[in-house]
Amino acid sequence: MSKDNPTLIESATFPRHVIAEIQRAAKTGIYDIRGFGAKRDIPTFDDLVFLGASTSRYPLEGYREKCTTEVVLGNRFAKNPIHLKTPVTIAGMSFGSLSAQAKESLGRGATLAGTSTTTGDGGMTPEERGHSKTLIYQYLPSRYGMNPDDLRRADAIEIVLGQGAKPGGGGMLLGQKISPRVAEMRNLPEGIDQRSACRHPDWTGPDDLEIKIQELREITNWEKPIYVKVGATRVFYDVTLAVKAGADVVVVDGMQGGTAATQDVFIEHVGIPTLPAVRMAVEALQEMDMHRKVQLIVSGGIRSGADVAKALALGADAVSIGTAALIALGDQSPEFDDEYKAIGSAAGFWDDYQQGNDPAGITTQDPELAKRLDPILGGRRLANYINVLTLELQTLARACGKSHVHNLEPEDMVALTMEAAAMAGVPLAGTSWIPGKNGM
Amino acid sequence: MATIDLNKSTIRELNEKLQGGSSGDKFIVNNTVGKHALSVGLTEEVDVEINGHVGYYCAGMNQEASIKINGNAGPGLAENMMSGEVRVTGNASQYAAATAHGGLLVIEGDASSRCGISMKGVNIVVGGNIGHMSAFMAQSGSLVVCGDAGDALGDSIYETKIYVRGKVKSLGTDCVEKDMKKEHKEELAKLLDKAQMNYAVDEFKRYGSARKLYNFDIDQVDEY
Repeated sequence: MSKDNPTLIESATFPRHVIAEIQRAAKTGIYDIRGFGAKRDIPTFDDLVFLGASTSRYPLEGYREKCTTEVVLGNRFAKNPIHLKTPVTIAGMSFGSLSAQAKESLGRGATLAGTSTTTGDGGMTPEERGHSKTLIYQYLPSRYGMNPDDLRRADAIEIVLGQGAKPGGGGMLLGQKISPRVAEMRNLPEGIDQRSACRHPDWTGPDDLEIKIQELREITNWEKPIYVKVGATRVFYDVTLAVKAGADVVVVDGMQGGTAATQDVFIEHVGIPTLPAVRMAVEALQEMDMHRKVQLIVSGGIRSGADVAKALALGADAVSIGTAALIALGDQSPEFDDEYKAIGSAAGFWDDYQQGNDPAGITTQDPELAKRLDPILGGRRLANYINVLTLELQTLARACGKSHVHNLEPEDMVALTMEAAAMAGVPLAGTSWIPGKNGM
Repeated sequence: MATIDLNKSTIRELNEKLQGGSSGDKFIVNNTVGKHALSVGLTEEVDVEINGHVGYYCAGMNQEASIKINGNAGPGLAENMMSGEVRVTGNASQYAAATAHGGLLVIEGDASSRCGISMKGVNIVVGGNIGHMSAFMAQSGSLVVCGDAGDALGDSIYETKIYVRGKVKSLGTDCVEKDMKKEHKEELAKLLDKAQMNYAVDEFKRYGSARKLYNFDIDQVDEY
């Protein structure tokens, strides 16, 4: 209903944004491609709350009693597991989709905060390696820039099978973002669209994956932890198979996870939310008696220390942030609102990362725009943000009486909606009812 | 000359020894019985002769080394090779030289499907036939086929050059026959010589990208 004219009733089936998309499609003949992650309203960690300590539990003193946040990742088979000060890590994002300055900022920020950052499609840049104390090297289907020297230079290897924004989909870096340097790293001509494959070129299925992991370990002297990253769909089976194939760490990325460029229909309609994905992954690990032996990293829509705490309470060992990290660097900043408006968007709404004309200078290869991001300042902002997430996480963990954030557990939470109770496997607030459990 | 018997040594011990070799060192590997990930991640100019069939990913990510397999090779032979030379006297299974950036792979027998998939600079010479979807999304380097090629050769190809002596069952999307110019004949002659394949360059046809799919165009959607 319009506030100006109460007799005008907007259709629930055809609201204005749906009408606009039909009109756009009819005009252009092409589907909508964009970046960012799912924008639709889905059950999230906001639908859970913690049960702070009271008579039956006692809390820890804020700022005084220790609540440890250190995390060790990859100690199943690797000689050199990853040690981090905080369970908040930086997700894989490519040089190509991001500017060199943005990648350097992520490395600087992660290092300041005592955590890891991750490469992306297109390979490892010297700036990124140089400014990242702990760098995870993504091993992707396209193998753009894939170099065994970089594998050996990395601190861990993440085999990417999919991502939450587009499980089952590849990617496309459009020609306008293919600078000479990006083209050279990817062995392709300048200015052409670069298709990133949706599946690995030299193996199919979990039995092959096991041999691929063996090869990667042989090439890196069994030193580097091997992560396997999946987009959240059939999480229970995918995690089970990744563990069976020999992963040290499994990364599960929910449908809110971001991307540099994919069809809107893919982002909004493929994959499941992060909330049920965590529970399903933990159930798979527990059934194999591998919980806490193979570590679980969860990503997709992590924004606050509350999100981190809830993911950990459901059984994750760590989380990854991508979109939130870019916002911390300066993405969506009101400072650039006029420029966002000039390209048909606004601060807080910008999602056309694929266009390469990012006013904040982050998702671009335009040297003039990229100069707008100072990597030292960007790194500082990111470190500040990660530190805030970690402090918030500790605050909630202490309130539940936990001296290590990994001591948080599902029993510390209840759900505010039936959907969240069913997805997370915790009781609806005020009841002992978990929909779907015990035949109820 | 060091000999490693895989009845007595583990794969880890084998690779550790080969990876620790110095330029000019020679190794012989026996009793492979189809084991996986043999002779992977080498970085020096060593010579490795493998007697027997090998499993997945033999010579994976090779740099500088010369590796000869007297037998057949499983999937992913010389995947992501960067440099050096790998030769197999028998046949090779799927995805040979997948995503390889450099060096030379010689397959004296036949290669299965997806040979040279996403190749990024490697040169491949196949003495026999190759299977379907070979050189899919191939980016650069050259693929020489002395026999016949299967279906959908060079589908979605970028800048790789394909030379085929025999018949091509079908070409993939955006792959077309191209002129054999002087520079192509010279390149082909050199590759045949290095691979020790005794064929006349005039017997080959060249295939490559029509470059119609290089930038997304809605009018090309029927191609898929």
